[in-house]
Amino acid sequence: MARSQDRRPGFSRRAQVGIFTGYVVAVAGVLLGAVLLVVSLLNPGAFAFARAGAAEVARPLGAAGAESRVASQGVFAAIGAYLNAGRQNAELSREVAAARANAVAMRAIESENRRLKALLGIAEAAPRPVAAARLIGSTSASSRRFAVLSVGSRQGLVKGQPVRSGGGLIGRVVEIGPDTARVLLVTDPDNVVPVRRASDGLPGFVQGGANGRIEIRLINSGINPLHKGDVFVTSGSGGIYPPGIPVAVATQPHRDGATGHLASDPADADYVLVLPIYQPAAVATLEATQKAAPPPPEDDTP
Amino acid sequence: MSGTRLASGSTRVRSPINRAPSPLLAVGLPWVSIMLAAMASFSPIIASAPVLPPLSFMVLLAWRMLRPTLLPIWAGLPLGAWDDLYSGQPFGSGIVLFSGAMLAMEAIDARFLWRGFAQDWLAGAALLAAYLLLAAAFAGLAAGYPLPMTIGPQLLLAVVLFPPVTRLVAMLDRVRLLPLRRI
Repeated sequence: MARSQDRRPGFSRRAQVGIFTGYVVAVAGVLLGAVLLVVSLLNPGAFAFARAGAAEVARPLGAAGAESRVASQGVFAAIGAYLNAGRQNAELSREVAAARANAVAMRAIESENRRLKALLGIAEAAPRPVAAARLIGSTSASSRRFAVLSVGSRQGLVKGQPVRSGGGLIGRVVEIGPDTARVLLVTDPDNVVPVRRASDGLPGFVQGGANGRIEIRLINSGINPLHKGDVFVTSGSGGIYPPGIPVAVATQPHRDGATGHLASDPADADYVLVLPIYQPAAVATLEATQKAAPPPPEDDTP
Repeated sequence: MSGTRLASGSTRVRSPINRAPSPLLAVGLPWVSIMLAAMASFSPIIASAPVLPPLSFMVLLAWRMLRPTLLPIWAGLPLGAWDDLYSGQPFGSGIVLFSGAMLAMEAIDARFLWRGFAQDWLAGAALLAAYLLLAAAFAGLAAGYPLPMTIGPQLLLAVVLFPPVTRLVAMLDRVRLLPLRRI
């Protein structure tokens, strides 16, 4: 294929100037982009309004996509169920027998728990979710992990609220539009979640690795007590996430922590719940101190 | 210039003598297709890892290779900004990379006057690799945390999918030049 006619303007002054202007605008575009990039690196929320507007535009598209996702998952699940019905039946029968025995024990423990709590006078009110929503989009081509929710400030969302599915923690709200909100997923490296081991309360935190895996790090270093299959739930420290939401399962222990996978894959979540911030007062105080004084240098931390 | 844009491919589609391509479709379809590709993140896939190839960038490259003069050379500026709104990258990264790619394609065109399938694929692969690498670097800067290099599978997928995307764009090009307007 030979070079196009349009790039050979000949003696036409107008065509020459047109091509030259095109180049100037293109180079200016690179420079403008670089400036905007620096601005958004220094202030990540600078263009939140534009992103929120764009998400509003694409909301119907995403809502339709979410519907079809659920429908197609149902179809595949139905086909899969036919294929291994016999084996599954035997397995489930065994499981039901075991679960029945467990349920009896659980009921006894539950009633004892209720009685003890009544004795102690603890009133534990489960937080009412702010809204239930669908995940209608995600940044599936970028290393940053965001998802978009189908609810926004009109449904009462504010920045920082945790988002969970039935299976576990999904992330937290970072940007808000009128009818959409952007969620920072747990797998984003910017999202650090304080957790504890479900079995014994061993404290640690979970950080995303951007590749779908997450890193579990312990607060007390030393001998690594983690094992494959350890379940981690939110600890409630930091004041954003309410305690007790499953976050991660350790799959590969290493020297100072473990690599794990998510307790709840956002792709499987049909509906998600937006919860109120666990301790708004604590979060507000923390933000105020961070605004008043810059974070301490790294060397000072013990 | 718009005259040549309309006429450049009309010989390929057989048309009745009093029909011509609709100017709206002929000029607008490339823009719309690239913008829709950017919105592919609002697809049924909620990914917990970067798995989809950068579709809008691939469609842009495909249009640029199929019809070198159809998109103006500054097209990277608006299209990159649009992509930034949906991609999750820090705003500005798409503008820089799309504009840079348009300039790079100009340089490639100037250097190699004759082109073929293999060379287009090679150029596309090189530009996609550069795009993904730089985009991951920008995202790492924004997260303030050195990201592990997770673009390997994504790059492989993008390079393999590039020829089908160019075929798809070629099909769109036939739609673009459908003789819908009565003269």
